[in-house]
Amino acid sequence: MTRVTLIWVALAAAVCVPIAAAAASPLLAWRDPLYILAGFAGIVALGLMLFQPLLIGGYLPGLSARIGRRVHPWIGGALVVAVLIHVGGLWITSPPDMIDALLFVSPTPFSPWGVIAMWAIFAVALLAALRRRLGLRPRTWRIAHMLLAVIIVVGSVVHGMLVEGTMETFSKAALCALLLAMTIKVMAGLRVWRKRATSRGENIARQETEQA
Amino acid sequence: MTSVVLNRRSLLAAGGFVLATGVSGLLLPARAEGLAPTASMPGGANNYFKGAPTVDRIGKGGFWMSGTVRRAGDGAPLAGQRIQIWAHTTEGREHDPHSHGATLTDKNGAFRLEMPQIVPVFGQPHGHLAYDSGEFKTVFLRPVMRSAKDTSLEAHFVLQPV
Repeated sequence: MTRVTLIWVALAAAVCVPIAAAAASPLLAWRDPLYILAGFAGIVALGLMLFQPLLIGGYLPGLSARIGRRVHPWIGGALVVAVLIHVGGLWITSPPDMIDALLFVSPTPFSPWGVIAMWAIFAVALLAALRRRLGLRPRTWRIAHMLLAVIIVVGSVVHGMLVEGTMETFSKAALCALLLAMTIKVMAGLRVWRKRATSRGENIARQETEQA
Repeated sequence: MTSVVLNRRSLLAAGGFVLATGVSGLLLPARAEGLAPTASMPGGANNYFKGAPTVDRIGKGGFWMSGTVRRAGDGAPLAGQRIQIWAHTTEGREHDPHSHGATLTDKNGAFRLEMPQIVPVFGQPHGHLAYDSGEFKTVFLRPVMRSAKDTSLEAHFVLQPV
C-alpha cells in the first residue's frame, strides 16, 4: 500500500514539479498568453509521454496491463493535441521562427529534434488509426511503433534539454532522465524483440479476407 | 629490420606532413589578404522590417548592443553606416515596432546602442541586426548571448560593395 502510494507520489512529482517550476519562471512576464500556452503544451506533452511506457509495461500500481493498454492510445491522442497546440501557438507567436524550424533551416540546434519527434508522433497516431485498414500484422505494427517511439522519446528529450525557456533546468533534467529510463526499461522487457510472432495465423487469415 | 622500414615510413609521412603544412602555410596568407565578407545568419531576418528609426536609445535601455562595420577586402572601418537592431526584450516582442531601432557607426566604424534587456525567446537569448542601406550587400545577423544574464552583446559586420 505504501509502496503504491510512493510510486504515484513520485510520478506526480516528476510531472507536476517541472510544470510548477515553469509556472514560476520570470520569463513569463515578457510573454503573450498564447506564447505561454504554447510553451506549457510542450511541457505537458513531455509529462504525458512519461506515462506511455509505464502504461504499456503495466508498471502503474493499481492499473492492470490490460487497462494500461487501453488508456495508452488516449494519452497518445492527447499528445497529438498538445503538440498541435505547441507548434500552432509558436507559429502564431512568431511565424518566421516556426517556419524555419519546420523547414529544418532554423539556427537553433534544438529545433530539428523537436520537429522530427513531432512527425514521429503524427506517424504513430496515423499508423494506429489506419493499421486495421492497412492490414498491418501485429508484429510489423509493434516494431514500427517501437522504432517511432524511440525517435519520439530521444527527439523530445534532446529538444527539451537544449531549449533555454521557462522550464527549470534540474526538474527538466529529472523528468527527461526518468522518461529515458522508463522507455529503456519497458522496451527491453517487451515481447516484440523475440523471433516468434504472436497470433500470426489469425492475422494472415484476416488479411486475406480483407484483400478478397 | 622491420623497425627500420617503419621508421623510414614514418619519417616519410612526417616529411610529407611538414611539406604539406609548409606549402599551405605559404599559400593561405595570400588568400586571406582579402577580408571575407560576413554572411547573413540563418533566421537573422526574422521579424525584420524596413526603415526602423535612428534613435539615441531603444526604450528605457540597460543593455548594450555593440559592434563594428568594416569593408571586405582591405578591412577599412566604415563610418556613418546605419545598423538596425531589434530583439525580444523586457519591454517588447521582436515584432513590436518599439523594439526596433537604428544607429550609425562612428569614424572608427564602431556602433553602440542602448536597448532594454534581451530575454530568451524561442529557446535562445539572441538579438537581431541588419545592414540594408544599399551601398553594400544586405547582411542580417543573429548573435546569441552566452548567458541570458549578460547585459551586452556584440556583432561585427564585414560588408561587400554591391
